[in-house]
Amino acid sequence: MRTLRFLLQKEFRQILRSRSLLISIVLGPIIQLTLLPLAANFEVKKIAVAVVDHDHSSYSEKLIAKIYASPYFTGGRYRESYKDAAKLVEQNKADIVLEIPQNFEDNLVRDGNAEIFIAVNAINGTKAGVGSGYLANIIADYNQDIRLQWSQPGHFSEASAIDLVNENWYNPFMNYFLYMVPGLMVSLLTGIGAFSASLNIVKEKEIGTIEQINVTPIKKSTFILGKLIPYWVLSMFVFTIGMLISRFAYSIVPVGNISLLYGFLSVYLLTLLGAGLLISTYSDTQQQAVSLAFFFVLVFNMISGVFTPIDSMPGWGKVLSYISPMSHFASVMRMVVLKGSTFIDILPHFIAIVILGVIFNTWAILNYRKTT
Amino acid sequence: MDNNIAIKADKLTKRFGDFVAVDAITFDVKQGEIFGFVGANGAGKTTAMRILCGLSTPTSGTATVAGFDVYKDAEKIKKNIGYMSQKFSLYEDLTVMENITFYAGIYGLSDKDIKDRGAELLDRLGIAHEAKTFVGSLPLGWKQKLAFSVAVIHRPKIVFLDEPTGGVDPVTRRQFWDLIYEASDRGITVFVTTHYMDEAEYCGRVSVMVDGRIDAFDTPANLKKKFSVDSMNKVFYELARGAKRKAD
Repeated sequence: MRTLRFLLQKEFRQILRSRSLLISIVLGPIIQLTLLPLAANFEVKKIAVAVVDHDHSSYSEKLIAKIYASPYFTGGRYRESYKDAAKLVEQNKADIVLEIPQNFEDNLVRDGNAEIFIAVNAINGTKAGVGSGYLANIIADYNQDIRLQWSQPGHFSEASAIDLVNENWYNPFMNYFLYMVPGLMVSLLTGIGAFSASLNIVKEKEIGTIEQINVTPIKKSTFILGKLIPYWVLSMFVFTIGMLISRFAYSIVPVGNISLLYGFLSVYLLTLLGAGLLISTYSDTQQQAVSLAFFFVLVFNMISGVFTPIDSMPGWGKVLSYISPMSHFASVMRMVVLKGSTFIDILPHFIAIVILGVIFNTWAILNYRKTT
Repeated sequence: MDNNIAIKADKLTKRFGDFVAVDAITFDVKQGEIFGFVGANGAGKTTAMRILCGLSTPTSGTATVAGFDVYKDAEKIKKNIGYMSQKFSLYEDLTVMENITFYAGIYGLSDKDIKDRGAELLDRLGIAHEAKTFVGSLPLGWKQKLAFSVAVIHRPKIVFLDEPTGGVDPVTRRQFWDLIYEASDRGITVFVTTHYMDEAEYCGRVSVMVDGRIDAFDTPANLKKKFSVDSMNKVFYELARGAKRKAD
């Protein structure tokens, strides 16, 4: 225990003296948390629709007016031919081309059935998907209007009698920040933890001080603990800053218990830092450690569920996501912040990171050899 | 075991795959002796020393250090030795006193001992006024002397020095050897590798390693007599001429 005291004293002195480290692990997250949520926004607005109207009828006018009335679409791009409209897409001035054929109104009135053509620029997948979805909604709505107009009083209305109403639970106003800020905090903490821990032991290998440590009677587990605790404390501090930013900059107040979040985080960090130290024991240079940590952090992020839903991943993706500690923290963070989940709800995640933590840390201690 | 023997090696061997880094070396070091371990680059000096310090496990042969077996009691050996590696091993982003406190602390010295011995150490080196200077900004000669003093702060039975005076000017090397003599006077056994032959002259006994083997092992005076030459430099040259390994 006394040995640990001296190790910790040394580590803290070194951390607090390293300006670049402090900037990247304290100031970095503050800046990222204030800027990133504004940039990493999936909301789609300002979809440019180019219209080619071959019909010039009152029905076609009505449809176009209805589309442009929506806040999602910007209009004013009329073209005489599909070829001209497609050119707008090529120049990136339009996202969707809507072509209304000749006799649109005639067909609609006579047959009760008309076709229109939509071409979507799929380079920006999200915009294309969401945009064409919105457009389909508007056209369906337009259909409904016409049918209502035509159905005679007394007749059985052809209009659908079922009206679907959506209600968004846990985030009724679809507040984007409420969803994204906790996720980004998970992502940032994971990055900071993995990088700082993986660089640590390998730095001593590189400058040669590890040899000196290895000839002392210091215990391996004490040494690893001495490396782990400082970054644990630092990450808790960064998390607190993050919580304050999300409270005051984004007005996010966790529905659940904050101490539950801290409790989970304290175990999560042991797991994550253990993984970082494991990387460190396998690397001989800081460069190797950074490359390895970068690889894992990137994979952790992609399968974490922060940016894409885990439910829509293929089976192997779900397995990967289950053995990645970050996914568990991301789930718990959102569960507690948005739903107010309790300890019983997050228990499966808790068990998973405890198991992962034991594996990573034991592995790191075993693999850190004082002798060759 | 013989109480006067600090280190004893018998047919000690270390292989890395097909490469025999240390080839069945046998020698002993007496307590309080300054023992020189001489050899060209790549002769196997550092590997042999790392085995004795418990940093590396031998492939075969036996060795005891301070009475402890290198296979079974590596951690007990570590309590009884000091070590100064080829690479500078103090923390450059810590001050002189912080480095002393750290190393003394992990060897289990009490707070009072740390303070007293720290002050004594700074006094002996004449750098009391630099206690709060970052080690990184000290001149190389001072760093080496400080590293040696820190390596013996816990008063080990044996201190291992791996080419401690590399890149240091002759005056500072002389001062460094004064420190080694002082430590030896206090009863600490000194095991030192070097390829400066003038330093080999300072040692009580010298072993010359060539291609992983010990080709000569005696006092400098006897070695010079045996090869009928007037300096250790020439002794070394006679022996190293036949070396097959290229320096790395």
